[in-house]
Amino acid sequence: MSAVVLDHIQKWYGKEKTIALKEVSLEVEEGELFGLIGPDGAGKSSIFRILTTLILPDGGKASVLGKDVVDAYKFIRESVGYMPGRFSLYQDLTVEENLHFFATVFGTTIEENYDLIKDIYVFLEPFKHRPAGKLSGGMKQKLALCCALIHQPKVLFLDEPTTGVDPVSRKEFWDMLKRLKSKNITVLVSTPYMDEAGMCDRVALIHQGKILAIDSPEGISKAYPFDLYEVKSDKISVTLNQLRKHISVKSCYSFGDVLHVSFEKGFTAINEVLDAITIDHLEVKKIEAGVEDSFMAYMTN
Amino acid sequence: MRTVRYLLVKEFKQIFRNRSILAMIVVLPVMQLIVMPLAADYEVKNINLIIVDQDRSSKSEDLRTEAISSGYFTLVDYGSDYKSAIQLLDKDKADLILEIPNGFEKRLIKENSAQVLIAVNAINGVKANLGSAYLNNIINRYNEQIKISQSGSETSALIAKLDMVPKNRFNVYMNYRWFMVPGILAILVTMVGGFLTALNIVKEKEIGTIEQINVTPIKRRHFILGKLLPFWILGLFVFSVGMLVSYLVYGIVPSGSLLVLYVYVAIYLLAVLGLGLLVSTYSDTQQQAMFIMFFFMMVFILMGGLFTPIESMPDWAIVVSKFNPMSYFIQVMRMVILKGSSFVHIQSQLFITALFGIVLNFWAIMNYSKRN
Repeated sequence: MSAVVLDHIQKWYGKEKTIALKEVSLEVEEGELFGLIGPDGAGKSSIFRILTTLILPDGGKASVLGKDVVDAYKFIRESVGYMPGRFSLYQDLTVEENLHFFATVFGTTIEENYDLIKDIYVFLEPFKHRPAGKLSGGMKQKLALCCALIHQPKVLFLDEPTTGVDPVSRKEFWDMLKRLKSKNITVLVSTPYMDEAGMCDRVALIHQGKILAIDSPEGISKAYPFDLYEVKSDKISVTLNQLRKHISVKSCYSFGDVLHVSFEKGFTAINEVLDAITIDHLEVKKIEAGVEDSFMAYMTN
Repeated sequence: MRTVRYLLVKEFKQIFRNRSILAMIVVLPVMQLIVMPLAADYEVKNINLIIVDQDRSSKSEDLRTEAISSGYFTLVDYGSDYKSAIQLLDKDKADLILEIPNGFEKRLIKENSAQVLIAVNAINGVKANLGSAYLNNIINRYNEQIKISQSGSETSALIAKLDMVPKNRFNVYMNYRWFMVPGILAILVTMVGGFLTALNIVKEKEIGTIEQINVTPIKRRHFILGKLLPFWILGLFVFSVGMLVSYLVYGIVPSGSLLVLYVYVAIYLLAVLGLGLLVSTYSDTQQQAMFIMFFFMMVFILMGGLFTPIESMPDWAIVVSKFNPMSYFIQVMRMVILKGSSFVHIQSQLFITALFGIVLNFWAIMNYSKRN
């Protein structure tokens, strides 16, 4: 049985009926670590808010653990954990008090489920008498995860848990999620960072309320329809502009301090293209496409 | 029940960690009750008076002494030029001008009557009104004296004199503090209860904690109960502090029973908390909630009958004040504290306040939904 099912879900906001989700359909298997990848405003949070019974969909059906999100909201509220995109614990309560509060609210105790949060809580233990508002970004996220886990949910919804968190804490956080998988908790996580897609079992690329693709990260990369080259240059913006104007170039984007340039599959006249560029000392090599390259390709199609 | 208890524990922890709220519920009532009644004095003193004396006679001198010795006026200038006096009035240096015209004494003796002129600076309405009334009184009294002295001591007994002696019931010395302090306390309890409730819930919205609460199995009624109870207790606490301050500072002891007061306040607070809750369901930020509450508070205070009697308002305002819960509270406070009214006398106020409580809370709970 799929843990989470979205079936042609629609959502629009406001009087202008701005579309947030356009017939979104996806299924998350039990025990899967599933990623929703997309830029800000893609509709990731709307999906989470529908699945956690905070908002009603305007069309389509959604279910969590086989129960409809609209009819069985009471069941869902008891059996899922949700970590909103914004840190939303009580800043003026201490780490321990927050945890205790959420345990009580779900009718359980910290001791009862300590096993599940033990690995994460060890990081927090030294700060347990500190107000939550005074924690660092990474610690806040760990506390929020603890609070979302304290009632042993079967499905965990994490809305951009790593946004605004330093790279080390991000890494730690993903390791924790992998460990949760081994405890048979289904995790649906969203992130705007494409490089995090590789941590998931499967991902859905989402843009402007539409699903572009659902596959494993490897599958997504493999589906890249062009040949991809990496170009290094001293004058990156001039090179970018000239490459973009070239007729054979399918697309050209800057990735940090390098350019990713794509051509039709099997294109061989790459040297001729480079000769047309007025910048000297270009370093070129053929590379495998990543999730981000695929995302860009899907977006422009 | 365990959930409600823990919600209460959590709420009180947060309140006691928030210094500004603590200050608001302890210092605010004490300070305001000590300071405000002193400032909100109905008696007007230090009215700046100019006397333009063009007569310079013994009679005009008498009138001058009479006016100054009353204690209400400060003599800014004593001259004989009306124009320069008017200039001072224009510059707001003076509130009143008393002009004693040339030939005042002569005419008074010859024709048995004379005229004086009073010019009033009406920018400050209260000061102008009371000042000219005081001055009129003084002139009248002076009149009496002249009549008596002119008619001679042997005939003075024959002049009929009607003297009124008012007897003030319930507040024998007409001590304005006795009716101001209970009214101000009513405002304080309303402000603390209303503002704290509204801001507290909106704060949860603003910080996003309500989102986290909404995905938990907490029941709506438990959550709301957990929000209202702490502020109900705090409201009663503020009221008790206020009563203590009025006793210690002003020696105000209710003529009626404390039980009647507390029963009323307990019900009144439900109405105020209901309003706070309602406002919080309609606002998304603390700023919005603050402004909406402020709007209501201004109307409540100005149309509550504390500063101006409701009976003298225009008809539409009287209708509006019927929907002002604070006006009932102020009535009850004065009735119980000054008059010693019991449950029988305040039953209509009690009933209407309870109705407010039921309607506001019901409306608020209906409007508070865990999802949209």
